[in-house]
Amino acid sequence: MADNATAPSGAAAAIRGADPIDVLVIGAGPAGIAAATAAAEAGSRVLVIDDNPAPGGQIWRGGGAAGAAGAALRRLAACGAAVVPGTAVVSVGPGPAVVVRGPHGADERESLVRLAPRRVVLATGARERFVPFPGWTTPGVVGAGGLQALVKQGLDVAGRRVVVAGSGPLLLAVGELVVQRGGRLVAIAEQAGAWRLARFGAGLLAAPSKLAQALSLRRAIGPVLRPGCFPIAVRPAAAGLVVTLRAGGPGRERDTELACDILAAGFGLVPNTEVARALGCRIGAAGVWVDQWQRTSVGDVLAAGECTGVGGLEKSLVEGRRAGLVAAGREREADRLRAPAHRARRFAARLERTFALDPRLATLADDETIVCRCEDVAAGRLRGFTGWREAKLLSRVGMGPCQGRVCGTCTAVVFGWTCDDVRPPLVPVPVGSLSMAPER
Amino acid sequence: MKVAVVGAGIVGAAAAAALARAGCRATVYEARFPGGGATAAGMGHVVVMDDSPAQLALTARGREVWESLADRLPAAAEYRRTGTLWVAADDDEMAEAEAKAGRLAATGIACRMIDARELARREPALRGGLAGGLLVPDDAVVYPPPVAAWMLAEAVAAGAVVHRGAEVVALGESGAVRLADGTVFDADVVVVATGAAAAALVPDVPVRPRKGHLVITDRVPGMVTSQLVELGYVKRAHDVGTDSVAFNVQPRATGQLLVGSSRQIDVTSRGIDEAMLSRMLARCLEFMPGLGSVPAIRSWTGLRAATPDGLPLVGPWPAAEGVWLATGHEGLGITTAPATAEVLAAALLGRASAIPVEPFRPARLHSPGIRHESN
Amino acid sequence: MSQTDQPRSSVLVWIDGVPVTVPAGQSVAAALLNRVNRGDGSGWTIRQSVAGAARGPLCGMGICFECRATVDGRPHERTCMLAVRDGMEVRTDG
Repeated sequence: MADNATAPSGAAAAIRGADPIDVLVIGAGPAGIAAATAAAEAGSRVLVIDDNPAPGGQIWRGGGAAGAAGAALRRLAACGAAVVPGTAVVSVGPGPAVVVRGPHGADERESLVRLAPRRVVLATGARERFVPFPGWTTPGVVGAGGLQALVKQGLDVAGRRVVVAGSGPLLLAVGELVVQRGGRLVAIAEQAGAWRLARFGAGLLAAPSKLAQALSLRRAIGPVLRPGCFPIAVRPAAAGLVVTLRAGGPGRERDTELACDILAAGFGLVPNTEVARALGCRIGAAGVWVDQWQRTSVGDVLAAGECTGVGGLEKSLVEGRRAGLVAAGREREADRLRAPAHRARRFAARLERTFALDPRLATLADDETIVCRCEDVAAGRLRGFTGWREAKLLSRVGMGPCQGRVCGTCTAVVFGWTCDDVRPPLVPVPVGSLSMAPER
Repeated sequence: MKVAVVGAGIVGAAAAAALARAGCRATVYEARFPGGGATAAGMGHVVVMDDSPAQLALTARGREVWESLADRLPAAAEYRRTGTLWVAADDDEMAEAEAKAGRLAATGIACRMIDARELARREPALRGGLAGGLLVPDDAVVYPPPVAAWMLAEAVAAGAVVHRGAEVVALGESGAVRLADGTVFDADVVVVATGAAAAALVPDVPVRPRKGHLVITDRVPGMVTSQLVELGYVKRAHDVGTDSVAFNVQPRATGQLLVGSSRQIDVTSRGIDEAMLSRMLARCLEFMPGLGSVPAIRSWTGLRAATPDGLPLVGPWPAAEGVWLATGHEGLGITTAPATAEVLAAALLGRASAIPVEPFRPARLHSPGIRHESN
Repeated sequence: MSQTDQPRSSVLVWIDGVPVTVPAGQSVAAALLNRVNRGDGSGWTIRQSVAGAARGPLCGMGICFECRATVDGRPHERTCMLAVRDGMEVRTDG
């Protein structure tokens, strides 16, 4: 988090002092850290920016000194790359240049800064996919990754009853964290069925590190894991929430009500492609399209990690390293990492197959269920439109400050729309800052 | 009479409704969806303007129709009578406000001079030291896309037919339209209501794109009460040859502020021009310093359809049999769409009109000698 | 950035006019939500939606804007992206 010591002007000065930049890395999660480290160790002048208050991304948030996170962060600190957190891309161009808003608590008297690197590595990560269902806007219903992030920020869950629901390996990690912090884990509802999970588990035998991780998780959460089960509604109760979980295939549904204090519901991850789209990069089915060198369709713009397709930590690390090497002109070294990169891609494909969403999830929202939380647009208002833009203009869906980052993924699930308009400012920014020409 | 209307922006939708009600068999061809072009990009300021007697007549009639529709508009139209407050920065502009007040009053438009103290009291977000202004209390703001959809629904209720996803790529002989998929539809008359894109269908039509930028903020309810426009707007906005910006801030029903405005002639790229955006916002901050801390959440651009004399083209185009125009509204398409529809229907059917139709006839700007220089 | 796992000290923040002692390094969002555990009944609500419904944080990572509050006079701050600071004034509309 942006803290006292980092006065806004301090970080702004760090951005301004980073000229000239060989490689600008956007995103300081595992992929961005790997890219920055590889490029800087290869001799490039590297600047890393990230919207979050500290490097590490979501998975290494508050990562501490231990383990892989600590090692990666120490290596980043030692490699010579400048790291400026609390900094977000507002607009792009010309070429691979980007205009950024300074650190958090952006001061309206502070101008934006144009960064004109030789090359850009997009490592913008992923965000949670939400599926709207009746009651999901009730306070106490958070994302699964959302709960993980909040706990790492200091949210106290000791003694609180938690139901984790949705899909993906993240649910297990969240369940484990809840248990570690003294929460009462009531259930983990994974919408993927048991046989798909079993096949996925068998596949992990080929990846020992993932298997070990899975086994340690299993002890903590195994007893409460409910495969083939998803939330269909949640409502406030006298104390806390009552969530209705549905199990069983079509025609054989069985509904169960569970009482809890917190429902953490997330349905997998979706890549953050806003900056890539603003730069004009081609977007593929999984995320930002890249070639075998992590190069996007736009010259001097590379991409790595979750933004090119959700695939987990190892994919981010290897793609980040390769992108950093290619950006620094070390294609030959990057070439040596082709096999692990390929394996990581295969794992990503298996993840996608395993945790593919049950089509019934698209039908959970009733007419009153809010889809756009910024503007309070309910699903009933959205039926009958031909696509995202028409719906946006006529219903206000996506017109709020999140700029469609939440409801865009909801409408993709429910209506199959593509939310593809992206315009500056990519993040809200004070009018005062926009009124000044960017520095440089 | 069989009439093809090309374009379901607010002008095309209003025209189709008026024609259908007048007994025409109206068919609307819309390439995408209603109200998705300049209609969606505009501010939605329903404002009486008085650059010329014809403009005053058209905008006053337009506003009058809007008022009559107000009770029937859908809630999503967000029609609100905020009034327009023309802000005078100095004594010169105050004199201009007085003159404007005289012109408006002469046509029966309610308006009232405001001194510096009242200005500060009414709009505390404005900086100190301004001279005063002119309040036109019956001007309004509206959110145009749902209105275009609603007007189109009115047209359908009156018997019009709407083809969505029907991009007209060429006009054939006397009223025929050809779609992108090759289909040809016949009509007695085709009305081109495609805004700044009219020249793509009608060669040499004297309409040029005039790009504008807008920014919308997060909600700051109560910060601004009336639509605020600097009086300097008039001289800036009508200096056709040069790029210009003016302070123009509108309070939306949501509590958001819509911030404009900019004008760039003959720019057709729809991208945000950062330099122009900054210049525009800097101009606004000169009048309203507190706007600086308000988060801007989106920006966009639109292309106004500008004509050489600042009046729209409503009527037959002399160079092409069966082709009528309803375009060239520059920044006043929302205000004047309902009045434009009346003028068009009256001219087409030879009926009486609430206001004179002559000043808007496209023939005034047609020079036969310069047709088809290329191709 | 202090580690939230090892709070070394506390800061005093004002939440809707009430002084609250919070471990340094916590996010403002976490501090707001932790009020629940003090039994003051404020629940998970941080803001009112545009239609007046109660809302609390969703994403925890700066995407959803559901945790917005006025911080030191600045409207619409994402509280999950801000660490508590001594003397900070947080106003929720929840």
